[in-house]
Amino acid sequence: MAFQILLQLTITGLAWGSVYACIALGFVLIFKSTDIFNFAQPELMMFGAYMSFTLVTHLRLPFLLGFLFCLVLMAVIAGLLEMMVVRPMVGEPVLSVIMVTLGLANVLRGCVGLVWGYEELQFPSPFSQEPILLFGAAINQAEVFTILATAILLVIFFLFFKYSGSGISMRATAEDTTTAFLMGINVKRVFTASWVIATVVATISGVFLASFTFLEPIMGFTGLKALPAIILGGLDSIHGAIIGGLIIGVAENLAGFYLEDYLGAGINEITAYVIVLIVMMVRPYGLFGSKEIERV
Amino acid sequence: MAVTRFCTRTYRQDLRIFPSPAAKVALAVLILVLFCLPFFVGRYFVFVACVCGVSVIGALALNILTGFTGLISMGHAAFMGIGAYTAAILSAKAGFPFVPALLAAGLMAAACGAVVGIPTLRLKGLYLIVTTLAFQFIVEHIIYHWESLTQSDRGISLPPPDILGIKVDTYESFYYVIVVLAFATALFAKNIAMSRTGRAFVAVRDRDIAAEIIGVHLAKYKILAFIISSFIAGIAGALYANLLGLISPDHFTFNQSILYIAMIIVGGMGTVLGSIIGAIFMVLLPEFINAVSGPIASAYPGFSPRIGAVAVIVYGMVIILFLIFEPEGLYGIWVRIKRYWKPWPYTY
Repeated sequence: MAFQILLQLTITGLAWGSVYACIALGFVLIFKSTDIFNFAQPELMMFGAYMSFTLVTHLRLPFLLGFLFCLVLMAVIAGLLEMMVVRPMVGEPVLSVIMVTLGLANVLRGCVGLVWGYEELQFPSPFSQEPILLFGAAINQAEVFTILATAILLVIFFLFFKYSGSGISMRATAEDTTTAFLMGINVKRVFTASWVIATVVATISGVFLASFTFLEPIMGFTGLKALPAIILGGLDSIHGAIIGGLIIGVAENLAGFYLEDYLGAGINEITAYVIVLIVMMVRPYGLFGSKEIERV
Repeated sequence: MAVTRFCTRTYRQDLRIFPSPAAKVALAVLILVLFCLPFFVGRYFVFVACVCGVSVIGALALNILTGFTGLISMGHAAFMGIGAYTAAILSAKAGFPFVPALLAAGLMAAACGAVVGIPTLRLKGLYLIVTTLAFQFIVEHIIYHWESLTQSDRGISLPPPDILGIKVDTYESFYYVIVVLAFATALFAKNIAMSRTGRAFVAVRDRDIAAEIIGVHLAKYKILAFIISSFIAGIAGALYANLLGLISPDHFTFNQSILYIAMIIVGGMGTVLGSIIGAIFMVLLPEFINAVSGPIASAYPGFSPRIGAVAVIVYGMVIILFLIFEPEGLYGIWVRIKRYWKPWPYTY
């Protein structure tokens, strides 16, 4: 029985971890190509989930169509936000840039509260509620699909960055913006593209998160746990972000079950932050991050 | 000595707190206005003024850390919460009088600040931000879940403070306590900015490696900044607790931390006057929004649970608009106005 519980917790943890990994991926993508740390990422995830909720429940679109339509809408919104709000801030001090994205997060959270209210909403999950039995452990189908979808998404991204022209120009911009600009890469378009991609990934993860939990404005704080994931992995490492997300997802689920008796209820809510504090004491650049060399 | 008529200021003159006699007069007028304020306005307004005062102290504390030293903290509300809960527990459960409880609150927060300060010696930028963010969430969690000590979301109610035997049980009387402490904090911040310590802070902010090379003891000044800032934040938290009379974990959340960063940005980073104006502005803003949205909420009762969202949106918009169009903050606007009127009535 103990093994079944462990398996169940691990798979739930991996599902949450995949969600964190997707948000973290968006964070790292934007950070690498534009040097902007986007605190509005969790809110964009939440906004995307609410948007597809409306498209599917109120406009009665079939789930897949509504979902795709929502991705397009979110991509347009992200592009506009990047051009209007974020682009004027490129090159400003770190704190100003962060505060702009925090302001953006506030605006998005307020819009969600204003339009959809603060009550929990039941997301029309496309997955069957019947659990799958695996070695005697009952596993939620939505969680399995989340893990699979994230894995597929990550493979697609890997191929995109490795082989496609846009992917290579994005990597070049991430490496050195000025040089990329001089080589004839349209840096502005890369900036917008990174926001669009990050938002689309966040929306996908938001829809998955909503289908195995509820839809509520607190989702933004859940998404904020992607931050420890990034820091754990190292700020500028995409595979670090993914591994960090999975570690945090699994760790908080296991801690929530096994440590609850010793450390009190709700310990899973701060496991991520405790882990990040410990890692920062030992490795100030995360597990996979590169140490910056500064010139004075 | 220099003999030109213009711009002859010695270092001693440059280091004065009041650059001109006019500043002294302005300060005297301000003190008079603040002193007379409770006699002319209503009780609620005095309460709002008290909240302004507490926020001014809190914003000045964050300004020393973030504005002067450049260490960005997303855990400012956590330090205030530590101070508030220390004061509340000491005065409600152990029967401490006001002044020792206030000092204990500051010292407790400062001790926590020193502990948080140590890992920051190796952390920079975003890593530091997320570490302080982690601190914020952990403190929030402890306050919420350590029920035997903090009574969780039922909150702790404080007895009315008495200072050296005098009972301070009205907003009007507590207002004077807050104003005096806010003044003291502002003077302290202004002084520290012009001292050797303040210059070391600014050097660390501008380029910490360069500062270390010219002989600024990095570890000492970074931790010192944390200790000073969290001490003042703890005192602000304790004052807030005494002002409200009942504190709960909701008063010291992550959103509060962001609010304080917004205060120093909207006011103007790294300036004492800016923190003061910014704090007052950000406290009055929701009051203004409430005054406008209150009638709307009562006209459409079905809408009223969502009306809080409007305030959240306005907050966000204010931060974004200030950063894009007025990065110097309200202080920058104030300086521009002053410069514009300086040669008046001659416009050359």
